[in-house]
Amino acid sequence: MAKYSILIYGDEAYYASLTPEGVAAVMDAHGAFAKAVGELGGQLLGGEELDSVSTATSVRGGAVTDGPFVETKETLGGFYLVEARDLDHAIEIAKLCPAPTGGIEVRPVVDHS
Amino acid sequence: MDDVTRALEDAHRREWAFVLAATVRVAGDLDLAEECAQEAYVSALAAWQRDGVPRSPGAWLTTAARHKALDALRRASTLRRKLPLLVEPVEADATGRAAGQVLDAADGGWAAGGTAGGGVPDDRLRLLFTCCHPALAPEAQVALTLRLVCGVPTPDVAHAFLVPEATMAARITRAKKKIQGARIPYRVPAAAELPERLDSVLTVVHLLFSTGHTAPSGAALVRDDLCERAVDLARTVVALLPDEPEARGLLGLLLLTHARRHARTDPEGRLVLLEDQDRDRWDPVLVSLGLKLTAEALTAGPAPGRFALQAAIAGVHAAAPTFADTRWDRVVGLYDRLLAVWDSPVVALNRAAALAFLPAPDGGPEAALAVVDTLAADPRLAGYPYLPAARADLLRRLGRSTEAAAAYQESLLLTQNAAEQAFLAGRLAAVRP
Repeated sequence: MAKYSILIYGDEAYYASLTPEGVAAVMDAHGAFAKAVGELGGQLLGGEELDSVSTATSVRGGAVTDGPFVETKETLGGFYLVEARDLDHAIEIAKLCPAPTGGIEVRPVVDHS
Repeated sequence: MDDVTRALEDAHRREWAFVLAATVRVAGDLDLAEECAQEAYVSALAAWQRDGVPRSPGAWLTTAARHKALDALRRASTLRRKLPLLVEPVEADATGRAAGQVLDAADGGWAAGGTAGGGVPDDRLRLLFTCCHPALAPEAQVALTLRLVCGVPTPDVAHAFLVPEATMAARITRAKKKIQGARIPYRVPAAAELPERLDSVLTVVHLLFSTGHTAPSGAALVRDDLCERAVDLARTVVALLPDEPEARGLLGLLLLTHARRHARTDPEGRLVLLEDQDRDRWDPVLVSLGLKLTAEALTAGPAPGRFALQAAIAGVHAAAPTFADTRWDRVVGLYDRLLAVWDSPVVALNRAAALAFLPAPDGGPEAALAVVDTLAADPRLAGYPYLPAARADLLRRLGRSTEAAAAYQESLLLTQNAAEQAFLAGRLAAVRP
């Protein structure tokens, strides 16, 4: 087994426009995803939702600036850390991760052990 | 050339993938496996000159390469690689013998060249599916397939795609690193993923053929060696996955297209359009084989896929005694079915070109031009040289010379292939008042 990060990219404006029912539906989808990872034989090691990029602060060579490090339309909105057998398995898991706008980037995590 | 050298060259061409793929399983590393396979071919020269060519050269080479890999691993066991390739353990076959344990079997014990029995997939399939994994960039998939599955040296791969050798070497190295780093498994996909993954493999083989069929730039229109590598690969895929109609469809398509290769250029190397080709110069053996495979691909499944349908279109052309006798109604009908399974603007453009040969008002150059003009707005066709070329041809046939000349000029600016440029320049000169 190896560790992979599941990076969720999307359009923040979409999430901001959701009704309370819409937010609940997204949360349910993430709950279902968390369950599905185990059913697929993987393991969910962790994950967080990131606050809006409007709250981001960048530090570059000591200089502090407002905003994300890289300006993009689709921003990193959250991530999971999962354990999977191989890339195919990690992709199988990533396909179930909710990303109503944008998509998912799968990146292996370097094993320093 | 002596017999041993000839046998060795033959074994390289036919069995390289087999030798390498089986060695990867022992080496657990693509680079080490490649080195060992190459060393095995080198050592074969002296050994075969001394002892004669073995009954099964592929088995001899595989055994030699796998021994070399084991030796290398023993020597390096203290600094064992951190990230070995993800080689799936092999299920034992029907006889209870795991396919990975035939290392010391006698020559004959190794079923060289054929599909392994007992449901154990041939190692060449693992190699092919790994090289064509969708997580790799398309150009890397093609390069890796040529390098690893076909055993083409990196300088020749670079030459085939007209990039500097260093660029190609870096591309191949990067792809190998990704296979190892992201842990792309060395295995044949499960049945559920097979259709999608097979499509990826067939796309690579088709791209390889197209690259050879109309070399993207340079003086020659066709690079036969690339086309033949692609045909060999398609043949291998059909042999290894005989129940996949799309593989059969692709091989049919390639054979029907390859059959026309001698008619596509004149003795001076100039492009000859399908319309003007001497059909007696089409290879009759390839045509009949291609038609047979196409028929099998079309009738095998519930709904033919995109390669089977493309093969069927090539088949209608192959079956027409002359260009004028082409069943354009069938061609257009097949393009409609093709568009239904594969929404590609290039397919729509080809359909429009065929439509021009049907009677007006539904067909004819005027109706076709209207379709082409609509397609011109599709951003996916921006910079595609065959779009202005198709427009130019329709305008020429409608007698609209000034507009035709402008379209030929536009197409000329977009194509890099010298044979095509010469053809377009000739057409341009002919329509200029």
